[in-house]
Amino acid sequence: MATSEILEHPAELPPVLASGPWRWMRRHFFSSIGQTLLTIVVAAIAIRTLWFLLHWAVLDAVWVAADPQVCRDAGGACWAVIVEKHRPILFGMYPYDQHWRLVLMIVIYLATVIASLTPACWKRSLLIPMWIASVTAIAVLMFGGVLGLPYVPTSEWGGLPLTIILFTGSVLFGMPIAVLLALGRRAPLPVARGLSVVFIESLRGVPLITILFVAVNIFPLFLPAGMEVNKLLRITLSIAVFFACYQAEVIRGGLQAIPRGQYEAAASLNMTYWQTTRRIILPQALRICLPAMTNHIIAAMKNTSFVIIIGLFDILTATTAVMQDPLWRQFYIEAYLFVALVYLVFGLALSMYARRVESWVAVGRI
Amino acid sequence: MSLSSSSSRGSTRRSQIAGVVYSQAFRSAFYQVILAIFVLLAGYYLYSNVVENLRAQNIATGFRFLSEVSQFEIGERLINYSARDSYFRALAVGLLNTLAVSGVGIIVATILGFTVGIARSSNDLLLKKVAGFYVEIVRNIPVILQVIFWSVVIRNLPPPRGAVELWGAGFLSNRGLTVAMPNADPSHVWMLVAFVAGVILSIIAARFIRRRNDATGKHVDSLWVSLLLITGLPLLVWLLSGAPLDMSIPERKGFSFSGGSTLSPEFVALLLGISMYASGFIAEIVRSGIQATPRGQIEAAKTIGLKPWYITRYIVLPQALRVIVPPLTSQYVSLSKNSSIAVVVGYPDLVNIGNTVMNQTGQAVEAVTIMMVVYLTISVVTSLVMNFYNRLVEIKER
Repeated sequence: MATSEILEHPAELPPVLASGPWRWMRRHFFSSIGQTLLTIVVAAIAIRTLWFLLHWAVLDAVWVAADPQVCRDAGGACWAVIVEKHRPILFGMYPYDQHWRLVLMIVIYLATVIASLTPACWKRSLLIPMWIASVTAIAVLMFGGVLGLPYVPTSEWGGLPLTIILFTGSVLFGMPIAVLLALGRRAPLPVARGLSVVFIESLRGVPLITILFVAVNIFPLFLPAGMEVNKLLRITLSIAVFFACYQAEVIRGGLQAIPRGQYEAAASLNMTYWQTTRRIILPQALRICLPAMTNHIIAAMKNTSFVIIIGLFDILTATTAVMQDPLWRQFYIEAYLFVALVYLVFGLALSMYARRVESWVAVGRI
Repeated sequence: MSLSSSSSRGSTRRSQIAGVVYSQAFRSAFYQVILAIFVLLAGYYLYSNVVENLRAQNIATGFRFLSEVSQFEIGERLINYSARDSYFRALAVGLLNTLAVSGVGIIVATILGFTVGIARSSNDLLLKKVAGFYVEIVRNIPVILQVIFWSVVIRNLPPPRGAVELWGAGFLSNRGLTVAMPNADPSHVWMLVAFVAGVILSIIAARFIRRRNDATGKHVDSLWVSLLLITGLPLLVWLLSGAPLDMSIPERKGFSFSGGSTLSPEFVALLLGISMYASGFIAEIVRSGIQATPRGQIEAAKTIGLKPWYITRYIVLPQALRVIVPPLTSQYVSLSKNSSIAVVVGYPDLVNIGNTVMNQTGQAVEAVTIMMVVYLTISVVTSLVMNFYNRLVEIKER
């Protein structure tokens, strides 16, 4: 009976080819009545917003104007404020006639970073001399005092170069501390393990600001009378240590993912602890947690903006100070959008790069 | 072993000593002792420097200053406070403000984050892209920049006369956000009590219902019972106390508003900044939670004829929560830590007041210690609760 019932049914037609632009549109935008309504509402809002933004930011905007009155008369954005104020925003209180040094510094920095992110350059014989050379060049440019360049103390540094220095310094100092803390937390020595746990957890439990307060207000008390450590260095180190505590947890995750067999194989080759760690464990562990590490590196960049609270002149502090100018004050949205854009570009570039690295790791290219 | 000749006795002892020295246990103990001594010495050195420096600068030590008169006013406070009160009370005002902004921030960030996270995992490509755009923007702009931005925006809003009206429920002006509020009524306290009782009762009821479902094979969804208890009990209390409906609705009056309650510009700026920043991260957590259920399970559930709501309720939700809750709580903790940037907009939170105390008394060590201890306590308590929750929801394996 069952068989005859089945036979009575005519064979169904094969499904219509599920591809082509119309099909694609239908699946992604109009698959049901509800979705169609949703698409229309979202599209309406999005188009209106984009239309407004197009008018405000492009069509009605004023790009160059020495007099803010021109901006007040126009209906759109006043990008002229950026053109007018870009130097104090980007370079802070650094002596005006020496700004070319900062431009050069940024160029050298970007070139070094881009080179070190390219796998073709990942050779110890290339990377280490390159970084030593560019750090020296940047130090010479920033400080001056040699080669006929006037000396500029760190208290006058500011703007984007200061943000770059804080960020790079905290990552460069922070990574080795992070690796040590992560190893300490996984060490077979209970004392080292306990110290690492207490250090990591207590720093992760408090806001960055309190650590900056320690660097600024308390750290000088730790030193014997008469001894001083540069404020910029203290602050960079404190952001570095804060960064290291978060990064250490990520690296610990990577270390935990290494199978026991790797340790045992190294031990059977009679490798010492440090040989095993350096040659076998760390290269694999760091590779595993590369994507997660990038997240914290981006966070470290955003964290540099906390220095506004302790009065360091990074790009955000500089912008806030510039926007006190009564003539241009009302165009604060444009100024802050510009700074936000700087952070966005760096952040998105880093996370895009991280995604690419992830795919390299997946195919075993690195 | 024969111990007849002295030379052989010596060499045995030497090899025994060598055996001890080269042994793993001795070495690890040795390194640890060295490390401990080093840390203790460094700690003692730093401590003695601090004592010396403080004596040289004539700064008092200890927490006696807490009972001294603070001599500064605080604009926003949840408890009574004046400049004649002690530093201790000033710090308590700050702590309550921190808890207030973090508490409201957590609620706002959760609502925003879940909305965006669900939008980000919807079928609609357009909605997905819009939500993704929002996430990338709010996550990649430093939270301080966002807070400063909102604070400047609010400061540049029109004064109360030209305030932006929000659908009849409130006003947005350079004085902050003024919203309608129910007038204080004794029943509110009891409604809160009823709410808490509802939560506790619903947990008990859920257990009972689950046991009954298992025993009888009949299905009752505990969710509806819980919802009824949690919303119904406060509503019942409200009705029993005569359903007080008095609302204080804000109106423009001269240069300010009458009625309603006003959230200060600092509070609103800080709240918007920290909760939007957190909402980007929460949205990603929610998305990963929704994606945690493998497609195959949903297809299998459809095959055995479960309705869409049952699939969501019994297949997707339990697995999603297991993935969502732990990182979500760590976002809550980091939101409350981010509230410490209040000082950039002048909201009197714990760190801001602690900073003032530090500048007035010069007792930086004590002031910073207080801030750190408070935040550490918040973190530790949260992680303890989290561990408890994890043990509750972890997959029960053999």
